[in-house]
Amino acid sequence: MCATCGCAGGERIRHQHDDGTWHEHGAHQPGGEHEQHRHDTGQHVHGQTVTLEEKVLARNDMLARQNRDWLRARGILALNLMSSPGAGKTTLLERTARDLAGELVLGVIEGDQETALDADRMRAAGCRVVQVNTGTGCHLDAMMVREALTALDPPDGSVIVIENVGNLVCPALFDLGEAHRVVLASVTEGADKPVKYPHMFRSADLVLVSKTDLLPYLDFDLARCTADLGKISPGATVLPVSARAGDGLGEWYGWLRQWVPAATPR
Amino acid sequence: MHELAIAESVVDTVTQRLPGARITAVHLEIGALSGVVADSIRFCFDLATEGTGLEGATLEITEPPARCKCRSCGAGFQPDSPIVLCSCGSADVAVLGGEELKILSVQVA
Repeated sequence: MCATCGCAGGERIRHQHDDGTWHEHGAHQPGGEHEQHRHDTGQHVHGQTVTLEEKVLARNDMLARQNRDWLRARGILALNLMSSPGAGKTTLLERTARDLAGELVLGVIEGDQETALDADRMRAAGCRVVQVNTGTGCHLDAMMVREALTALDPPDGSVIVIENVGNLVCPALFDLGEAHRVVLASVTEGADKPVKYPHMFRSADLVLVSKTDLLPYLDFDLARCTADLGKISPGATVLPVSARAGDGLGEWYGWLRQWVPAATPR
Repeated sequence: MHELAIAESVVDTVTQRLPGARITAVHLEIGALSGVVADSIRFCFDLATEGTGLEGATLEITEPPARCKCRSCGAGFQPDSPIVLCSCGSADVAVLGGEELKILSVQVA
């Protein structure tokens, strides 16, 4: 037993402090370390504890800030588009690129674990595209976007959509330097996705409820989904859209147009 | 499973701040609203630290709870889920704590 706190060796200690904070650490073993103390010499020899107090994602956040400054200096609007796989991100972007050709210069950064299938589709829709394959990675990070922006070399005043890896969990954590976050939730996924993945939807500025042309065939409760989103993400705009039938696209384009900056000469 | 990327960020950050040091313990703070699961970090910590100065280090995790204040009625409360709603029904809530994702300290051999 540890002489300092009475814990038995070999177990993990989990306890709750008065303020509700949970705390877990390895057992304090004789001859081992007890937080900052060592017991091997029979007296407390202080090991060197170095206080870092650093955010785990500090480096990503710094790179994201640099991306944001880089984009702002060029008058470029960048959107981080996120959803589960198959919610219709690429289909919406294809339709958007075709409908707004001549009005917007749209560039796309495609994030997928493998293949350049989406990049091929967006190129065919007339966009400048860079494909980022993350391999086993489940999200894009600010470094990947920085490299993609360098490769894409977007013109001043253009719009960049960063189509994140299809995933409602991990991408929520990583700031890429975008101006706004757009999350797609398709009606085929069910109305409960916002309450099941609140971290993702909490971070959204705009939620597009996609594939609404399929509503007649489903039990999707749009009112409930919208009400849930109002609780999880009270600041977000919610727009139902169908990229296939065209419903709601006018509102989506209106939302997009309000953020498109005038090109500022460098 | 972004926890592996998070564990790798911990290794990168510590290695940059203390180049060449052999680390025997790492103390993290992972809030209830951070979007990171402490158990998943424990699960992949050994994998992320293998072959680095942090290999074999013990991992200590403090998990601050979510702490909120309602902007409508002024009540302070601790939500028990990531959906932060006041009991008065308002969703207009300020998050005061629980979003922490920090390396608090490390112990150097």
